[in-house]
Amino acid sequence: MLFLNHVYLLPIVPAVGAAVMFFFGRRLRKIAIDTVCIGVIVVAFLFACVTVAEYSSFAHGTGQAFEKIVYTWLGSGDAQLASAMNGGAHQTFNADAGFLLDPLSCVWLLFVTGVGLLIHIYSTGYMAHEGGYYRFFGYMNLFMFFMLTLILANNYMMMFVGWEGVGLSSYLLIGFYFHRHSASSAANKAFIVNRIGDVGFVLGALTLFYYLGSFRFTDINALARSGRFSIGDPVLSAAALLLFVGACGKSAQLPLYVWLPDAMEGPTPVSALIHAATMVTAGVYMVARSNAIFVLAPGAMKTVAIVGALTAIFAASMALVQNDIKRVLAYSTISQLGYMFLALGVGAFAAGVFHVFTHAFFKALLFLGSGSIIQAMSGEQDMRNMGGLKDKIPTTHWTMFVGTLAIAGIFPFAGFFSKDAILWQTWTSEGGAYRILWFVGYATAMMTAFYMFRLMYLTFYSRVRMSPAIRDKVHGLSKSMTAPLVILALCSLGAGWLSWPQSLGGSARFEHFVEPVFAHEAVVLEHAGKSGQVSAGEKEAQHTDKAEYLLMILSLAAGAAGWGVAHNAYRNAGKDYAEPIAQKLPRLYGLLYNKWFVDETYDYVFTGRRKLGNVTLGALGVGEAASWFDTKIVDSAINDVGWVTRAASTLSAWFDRWIVDGLAVRGIAYLTLPFAYVARLFEWGLVQWYALIMVAGLIGFGVYYVWK
Amino acid sequence: MVPISTLHYLIVAAALFVLGVVGVLTRRNLVVILMSIELILNAVNLNLVAFSRMWGNLHGQVFSIFITADAAAEAAAGLGILIAFFRNKETVNVDEIDLLKW
Repeated sequence: MLFLNHVYLLPIVPAVGAAVMFFFGRRLRKIAIDTVCIGVIVVAFLFACVTVAEYSSFAHGTGQAFEKIVYTWLGSGDAQLASAMNGGAHQTFNADAGFLLDPLSCVWLLFVTGVGLLIHIYSTGYMAHEGGYYRFFGYMNLFMFFMLTLILANNYMMMFVGWEGVGLSSYLLIGFYFHRHSASSAANKAFIVNRIGDVGFVLGALTLFYYLGSFRFTDINALARSGRFSIGDPVLSAAALLLFVGACGKSAQLPLYVWLPDAMEGPTPVSALIHAATMVTAGVYMVARSNAIFVLAPGAMKTVAIVGALTAIFAASMALVQNDIKRVLAYSTISQLGYMFLALGVGAFAAGVFHVFTHAFFKALLFLGSGSIIQAMSGEQDMRNMGGLKDKIPTTHWTMFVGTLAIAGIFPFAGFFSKDAILWQTWTSEGGAYRILWFVGYATAMMTAFYMFRLMYLTFYSRVRMSPAIRDKVHGLSKSMTAPLVILALCSLGAGWLSWPQSLGGSARFEHFVEPVFAHEAVVLEHAGKSGQVSAGEKEAQHTDKAEYLLMILSLAAGAAGWGVAHNAYRNAGKDYAEPIAQKLPRLYGLLYNKWFVDETYDYVFTGRRKLGNVTLGALGVGEAASWFDTKIVDSAINDVGWVTRAASTLSAWFDRWIVDGLAVRGIAYLTLPFAYVARLFEWGLVQWYALIMVAGLIGFGVYYVWK
Repeated sequence: MVPISTLHYLIVAAALFVLGVVGVLTRRNLVVILMSIELILNAVNLNLVAFSRMWGNLHGQVFSIFITADAAAEAAAGLGILIAFFRNKETVNVDEIDLLKW
């Protein structure tokens, strides 16, 4: 249990790498930077593996949480707060630097360090010729530190530290090419949009403290599951909704998703690590962590499910027509995150977490593959200028093909199992109350297959559309870049088998592993007399159903349909190929191509960078209104007061000049003037006259004393 | 031949004094005035020395040495003022030096 007991050292390991980079990185050579930065991630990965192994022998499959509190980090000392739940009992406002290991954090720990390691290795090749090499790896290690803090935290405040930290790292890495204006403004956008979500996170966590008297997940879960709260408790619902606002920001859900597509300004490995595989799943992690609260707030659950489903289809629709290869993947990420929230919202927590797990592999793979393409094409990102790369970069081609099959949900790749689990549980949960969302999810699956195969066809198959100059420069890639692709491709194939569904003769081991984190829901719900509806999905999985097979075939058909449409449309795409949507529905195409004008709408409504006629709304509008109020109302009031003061001072100055100075001071001076004229007559100013008078006086005295 | 008595000394000193006073009162050049002041001081010195001889003690002699030192200091200060004044006004004529008048 050595490693388990010292799990707090795990986040420190990458922090050491980051510190070395920030203090000494500039002077180190590439080989030294590689050794340090990859080394610490290797150590972190092995550390995580051993820790998880030790944890599973500690828990014996019961899912018992391991908690390690190092010290009280945030404390108000003896100051106490009244907690509503205990009838106003006083609670000390404390948060520990504490670490929690349970099946949920184990899952995140493994894939974050594992995928993180692969992406770090890939970056040594991808970033080899970039300036600021040490800075890049310093930021990456810093990100790993904060992400591990987020995962291992045992309370909301500690989690918030990691939450903000990954936001910071994300900001730094999006703006890595800070000399490019678009990159720095994308970084700002990501940071600011995330702030909106963070407000929700903090308010939600503080609401929970106010109501339950603790920040610790174990305390909160124990209280929430104790049966003292009724389902639909208003305060808990509010807290759950606020937490979900936080998740919306971090995990790019409607309406806060706008930062993620712009985040593609960062280097591609960053997009793979932070904006696809790990950081953006932090929202899912946090909602899954708070499952005991969400189960008690069915309204919040519904919100999560609906927002998730809408985000999924909304983002997928925009991915259909994008031409920038990274933007397609960015919208795809948003869409897949929507799936995850859909799963959480319908109570299929295990399925949602499983989708996070599989998605980490195939989305990281797709991003790294797109990075390889961009590298091979000397920086070209526009798919309209690609085509026919299949034989030039074969490894990238077949690994990305695996990734595409996985995300499109083709059996037996990873995406099939996780997506199918989500769709099936959406269909069955709450006795079918969410079936309309199933249709949304199903349509999204079809669109996913279409845009991913569109990407494949436009890059690897179809006709060569690049300029001859670039075409001659297309080159193969180094081992450090292809090896992670191959490993991720194998994972994208095999990760799904961890949760081979029972209906196909499997044992759903993954679900059983994370089950204990969510298991108590059934108990809670039965206690409240609403027997096990939310966890119906879990129960449903125990036996097989004909409908489940039907849905499996349907989702396979969706994938195949998307593939087929893309195949027809782009198989032979030449220089001026036609977009099928643009031909059939040109208006819709324009709408999709411009991303539903959401950014523009936000500019009109929320930022105010664009004006409606002469009216500015949003933040700038508020600023202008405040400025108008300031100049017109406040300042004119001040000016009026100033006018009165000036009038008074004019009066006072007149009095001073004519009465005080004039009458009193000068008057007296004029009175003395006539005497002064007389007195002046005695003063010549010539020394010799004075001397003469002195002599005359002398003689006078002499005469007086002699003749007296 | 009449022996030189105190009275003779006093007459010479009075003549020196009158010369000095007339010089101070009539000359316009400040340098000459300062020189005339020296004459006055030395007339006094002569008196002191004469009386000292008359009374047969050295008090007057000592006092005259003090006055000689004082005259040197006064001449230094006076000439310093004179040079400073000349720098400003380019003149050492006392009838043009009438700043004491308002």
